[in-house]
Amino acid sequence: MLKVENVDKSYKTHGFLKQHRRKILTNINLECQRGECLGIIGESGSGKSTLGRLLIGIEQPDCGVITIHGKQIRDRKQRKGHVSVVFQDYRSSINPFYSVEKAILEPLRDYKMKEISDELLDRLLLQVGLSPDYKYKYPYELSGGEAQRVCIARAIATEPTFILLDEAISSLDVSVQLQILDLLKTLKSEYNMGYIFITHDLQAAAYICDRMMIFKDGQVQETIATKNLPNVQSSYARKLLQNLITF
Amino acid sequence: MNVLKNLSQDKLGITSLIFIVVLTFVGIFAPLIAPNDPIAVNMQLRYASPSWEYLLGNDHLGRCILSRMLYGIQPSVLWVFVALAASVSIGAIVGFIAGYFRGNVDAVIMRICDVMLSFPVYVIAIAIVAILGVGLGNILIAFVLMKWAWFARIIRTSVMQYVELDYVKYAQAIGMSHPSIIVKHILPVTFSDIAVVASSSMGSMILQISGLSFLGLGIKAPNAEWGMMLSEAREVMFTRPELMIAPGVAIVMVVLAFNFLSDSLQVALHPQLRQSNQSQQKLKWFKAPAQHEKEVVK
Ligand SMILES: Nc1ncnc2c1ncn2[C@@H]1O[C@H](COP(=O)(O)OP(=O)(O)OP(=O)(O)O)[C@@H](O)[C@H]1O
Ligand SMILES: [Mg+2]
Repeated sequence: MLKVENVDKSYKTHGFLKQHRRKILTNINLECQRGECLGIIGESGSGKSTLGRLLIGIEQPDCGVITIHGKQIRDRKQRKGHVSVVFQDYRSSINPFYSVEKAILEPLRDYKMKEISDELLDRLLLQVGLSPDYKYKYPYELSGGEAQRVCIARAIATEPTFILLDEAISSLDVSVQLQILDLLKTLKSEYNMGYIFITHDLQAAAYICDRMMIFKDGQVQETIATKNLPNVQSSYARKLLQNLITF
Repeated sequence: MNVLKNLSQDKLGITSLIFIVVLTFVGIFAPLIAPNDPIAVNMQLRYASPSWEYLLGNDHLGRCILSRMLYGIQPSVLWVFVALAASVSIGAIVGFIAGYFRGNVDAVIMRICDVMLSFPVYVIAIAIVAILGVGLGNILIAFVLMKWAWFARIIRTSVMQYVELDYVKYAQAIGMSHPSIIVKHILPVTFSDIAVVASSSMGSMILQISGLSFLGLGIKAPNAEWGMMLSEAREVMFTRPELMIAPGVAIVMVVLAFNFLSDSLQVALHPQLRQSNQSQQKLKWFKAPAQHEKEVVK
């Protein structure tokens, strides 16, 4: 479904007098099927969010191609209804001028895909564990967990092919994290969506992902199925795992 | 509409709006409303104090001050407002394009703005008047040509801090078109910045245009204009200070009305400010417990 081939990305850095280009991503290849959850794990600054931005087509890779159903992801029209995203910072994820109702219905209104019924909105809210009364609230009236649920409701509203979750649960309380992970699992089986789950939390990734991509300095170290996790090959992945166990 | 309903709860805001609307009508229908001919000279009534026939008295040529004030609304307020609206709109469009798309577009637009901003406004205004001829219209054209660059810069800066926000990235990710992202997601949040710069330049623009009228480049002499009335009154500032009152107070009131209106519009448009505003009003009535207040402030 989602396919990434030989992608490189670098950013300009403004040095003293002359400009450098700093390479953030080198030769990334990955594939994510419908109904699969692929975890991308790596430490801070390794370029996970940069890869995420390329995957949802809002930035252009320097070279290489990213396709969805064989079509370029950079093409805005191809993304409609197929791509969605949940970010880490729940405070800036919803337009402060939008009520919850308007925020969730935004992608549907934009696609004019189907009749928008009140039932649909209530159903979405119930699915993410919020009462339908929340639709009249504004973002500043929501707690972090609630706002993140609204973002998830908004992301699943169009039943996209894949959702990018960039540290979607990292800023939440541990108990809420678990609730949201369970919620994501249920939704995935219900709608048969693909997830790209970006995190630095190996445990959370192990809980939800089918496959994991260990990421370091903008390069893929290893891709491994979650059930084979204990016998990883690369030294960096081993170290990551050991750190987790000694904790 | 919703905004109007919210605005009506804000007494200062609605008063300002009514003031501006009434002023607009009075300005448009000045010939019907004004009690006297604004340019009729009557040397017997030189510096006469207010009477029933001349409610605000007469000026140094014995002309009716009230009528001159009413006729002055059109050039001093309405046309200035039109010029301001035009330059803010041009500035907004250019600023949104530069701030949203960044890159080369931004660089080119900003260099053009730099060039525009490096000319002093008065010099360009005089140059344009020299080319096009004397008249209020030409001065307004000069102002629109000069001021848009300044608005564009400010609006661009304001836009740039919002395009990086996650809800804009979300809208881009789901494939929304750029114009609708700008209109739906960026315009509302930058509106407050735009309103503040626009309403605060309203005052300076009225004064600048009257300054040019004073030099004889704008409105021609016998016709009424507030800034020109003020400068005429300035000549007799120490002997007849009361002549400054009418145009001075009028300019201050218009500027204040625009400032208050822009403040209230911000509150009326922004759900969070609206909420806290309402609760504050409630607080005034009920003296709610401190904990509630904290919640609102947050
Ligand atoms: N727009 C940009 N311009 C220049 N450099 C950037 C830009 N965005 C990211 N970078 C650089 O790219 C590197 C990777 O950033 P990225 O946000 O992808 O890291 P990350 O893996 O998501 O980290 P974290 O786990 O902390 O979120 C960082 O060193 C950052 O400085
Ligand atoms: Mg990140």
